[in-house]
Parts: sequence; structure tokens; C-alpha cells
Amino acid sequence: MSGTTPVGHGLSAPNAAAGGTATGAAAVPAAAPAARSQPGPPLWLLLEVTYRCPLHCVFCYNPTDFARTGPELSTGDWMRVLSEARALGAVQLGLSGGEPLVREDLETIVGKAHELGYYVNLITSGVGLTEARIAALKRAGLDHIQLSFQDSTREMNDFLSSTRTFELKAKVAALIRRYDYPMVLNVVLHRLNIDHVEQILEMAESLGAQYVELANTQYYGWAWLNREQLLPSRAQLERAEAVTQRFRARVGTRMQIYFVVPDYFETRPKACMSGLGSVFLAIAPDGTAMPCHAARMLPGLELPNVRQGDIRSIWYDSQAFNRFRGESWMKEPCRSCPERSRDFGGCRCQAYLLTGDADNTDPVCDLSPHHHLVTEAVARAAAADAAAGAARPLVFRDHRISIPVVVAEPSSAR
Amino acid sequence: MSELAESARPAIPAGMRLQWEAAQEAHVLLYPEGMVKLNGSAGAIMSCCDGVRTVGDIVAELERTFGVTGLAGDVRAFVALALEKHWLELRE
Repeated sequence: MSGTTPVGHGLSAPNAAAGGTATGAAAVPAAAPAARSQPGPPLWLLLEVTYRCPLHCVFCYNPTDFARTGPELSTGDWMRVLSEARALGAVQLGLSGGEPLVREDLETIVGKAHELGYYVNLITSGVGLTEARIAALKRAGLDHIQLSFQDSTREMNDFLSSTRTFELKAKVAALIRRYDYPMVLNVVLHRLNIDHVEQILEMAESLGAQYVELANTQYYGWAWLNREQLLPSRAQLERAEAVTQRFRARVGTRMQIYFVVPDYFETRPKACMSGLGSVFLAIAPDGTAMPCHAARMLPGLELPNVRQGDIRSIWYDSQAFNRFRGESWMKEPCRSCPERSRDFGGCRCQAYLLTGDADNTDPVCDLSPHHHLVTEAVARAAAADAAAGAARPLVFRDHRISIPVVVAEPSSAR
Repeated sequence: MSELAESARPAIPAGMRLQWEAAQEAHVLLYPEGMVKLNGSAGAIMSCCDGVRTVGDIVAELERTFGVTGLAGDVRAFVALALEKHWLELRE
């Protein structure tokens, strides 16, 4: 888990390819970066097997018009996609959604993927993960499970107040451990739950989590619509980091905690997807192939569909996958920036959402003439946080009566 | 890691998988949501790390396979690095 961000539900996902395909620097001869004119294989394949989901997350990155997308691919279609992508060199596979367990053929898909030699990761809320299904998934060759918290309001409230969701997660966590998977929990943070980090970590500990990813929301899809309500203030972020640090000191290596800072608080953009069309290929439930799972929003991208073409032609020849390869699309300040080969100009979706032009520098970068759009959003978050001061933080009843409520700590205490 | 014993038996940890990837012309080590591409010698060493063979066995075997001597230092250095990065673990 070496600090990589997960592919799938967490909104850290657009970073996933960058973190997920780290080449072992020490174990690999110092090779020049692959020539951009000759793209390498789509090493990371993400199949969003369905948009159906029992949850209703306010920060979901799924397209906000997902209800209008076409019918889901059949089992046979997914098998073909797996075979074609594997032949090109795809090897890390994420199965996500929606809630992938909604697909009754998930075990069949996992079995085929395993047989082809993929390393198969399942990203799930745990809803629907019965013992019969985890046993079948294990038999089929599933390599890894990431248990995610997906509904930040209802589900998290429910979890923190020890009602059904906690019991569900506890049951699923026990199954995951019993079937010899590392217990990896992903929690998406935002303004409404970030003050509860200590309680979240205590809950994770009581679930027997070995790895916890506290991934701050990134603003695409539904999260973009809700950004003004979800972006935390810098003060909240600093408190949460301090709490996390204290918790780490207490639990040691028993539970490893990754804290992913929202990029709005950075001054350089993330190397999103290691550059679009570089290593990452996502397929939506209806067969749309995307160089990033949020890429549907980008205007002018002619997204191909696996129903009409094979993966080879999609990856190497399609307009959508070539549009942001190389550097010729870049504008200033990226075009002449020495850091362009490190961060590839940041996130195209974020550039488009914030500036209206996907070719612009990601405004997270403080060299961008649009950086003020990010700092202004952060300033509004601080104001909203302050305004909510009297009412905040929400205080949840603790599920263990014997310990004091820890989340109601007023900010004046520090 | 300098105390790595000759009798230590390195192994690929549970949940990780080493495999040859033709598309990358390399061995890769796969783990949850990530992978490490190994160079030729790293791949050759890792391929021997089955939890049965000792570091001494691995050195001898690689020297025999490649018809060379004096690999002990390189093998030990790589195994130490891989242990540090949790790409390998030691079995009793």
C-alpha cells in the first residue's frame, strides 16, 4: 500500500495511476521516460462494472447524468475487454462502480481476470458482501479488497452513531480478515466529517483495519456540485492532520494511516493519471472508454465505446486517448515550465471545471493565472467554517458509553 | 539490514505476486493497487525467493545459472533493499 491512492470510489482516484504504478526506482535501471510519441501499455485498467449503487453519496465522482447512460455491458463484453486489454499489457485491474457487487456476474468477471493474469482489486462499500460471495470471489482469484465509506452523511452518521452501518462494516471487515485479505479501509473526508477524524480512526481500529486511507474529497461529479458545502477549511485540515499524527504515534505499525490532503491546499498540481493516455484506461458501465474516469465531462473528447472498437485501436488510435498525450496541447505557463514533465500540467478535469478550458494549467498550481479561483474557494471555506462555528462540530453519540465523546472538542482548545 | 543471515529464507509476502510481463519485458511485483517493475537482475533474484531457498542457495544458484562468481554482495544488497520496501519478507 506504499502510500498509493486507490483506484475507484475514493475521490483520490484520479491520482491513482500516478501512485499505483510506481516503478521501483531502485530496482529499475535509470531509463529515460518513455517517448511520448510511443505510448506504453494501459497498465491500469479500471472497470466501472455498474453505476447502480445502494448508496447516494454527495461526493461521488460518477457523472451527475449517470442515469442517462446506456445499458450496461454484458458478461461477454467484459470478458472481451479483459482479454483485449491484457493482450496489450494491462495488469492491475480495479473493479468499481457504482457498487460492483450489484453485478451478479462479478465472480465470473473476477475468475476470467485472474485466469488472464491480472492482479484483481475490488473496491466496494461492502453492501452485498456475504460470506458466500467472498468465498466465491476468493476461489475465483480475487487478490485484494478495499472497503470504502461512501455515503459521507447518512452512512457516516449511521456509522458514527453505531447503528446498522457500523454493524455491516464490522461484519464485512471480519469476513475480509477471515478470508486472509488485508483489511483496508478508505474513508472520504470533507468539511462535514473531517472534525470526526479521531472517532473515525477509533472505529477503524475497532474494525481491525490494517490500512486506513483518509482521502479528502476531490471535486468532480457530485462533489463538484457540492463543493461549497464539502471543502474543509485549512484550520479543519490542520486539526485533522494533528489528530492523525497523534493516533499514528499511539497505534504504531499495527494500523497504517494515509492522509491525502485535498489538492486545493497545494501549490503544485497532482500528476493526474501520470498524464492522460499514459497508463490508465477506464471503462464505464455502458462501454465508454475514458483516459480518466472523470473524463466524460471534458468537451471535445470523442470518447470511444468498446462495443464499437477493440481496446488496441481505442488506446493507440482514438482521438480521446491521444488528445492529451505529449506536450503540444499545453498552454503557458505549462508549455515552458521545467516541471511539466513531472506533473503533466495537473488535472485536465479540474482545469476545465475551474477555468472553462481543459488545456489550461490546473489552477491548483500557483503559477497559474487562475490560481486565485482555488485560493478564493479555500477562503470561502474558511468563512463558512467560521460562520458555522456555533453550530459545529456536530456531536454524535458515541457507541461506547464508557469513553467520552471526543469529537466535540471546541477549536478554542488548541 | 546488514545482519541478513546466509540462512535467511526470503519470500514474496502474502498478497503480493511476482510475474513476468511480456508487454513490459520485465518481471513485475504486483501488490494492492500498485506494482513495481523490476530490472533483469532484480527479477532473477526475486524469482528465487520462494521461502525455501536461503540467501546462500540463491547466490549459488544465480552464479551457476549465469556462469559467474561474486554475486553475493549484489544479492544481499538487493534482498536487504527489498525487505526494507516490504517486497520480500523472511521465513523461518
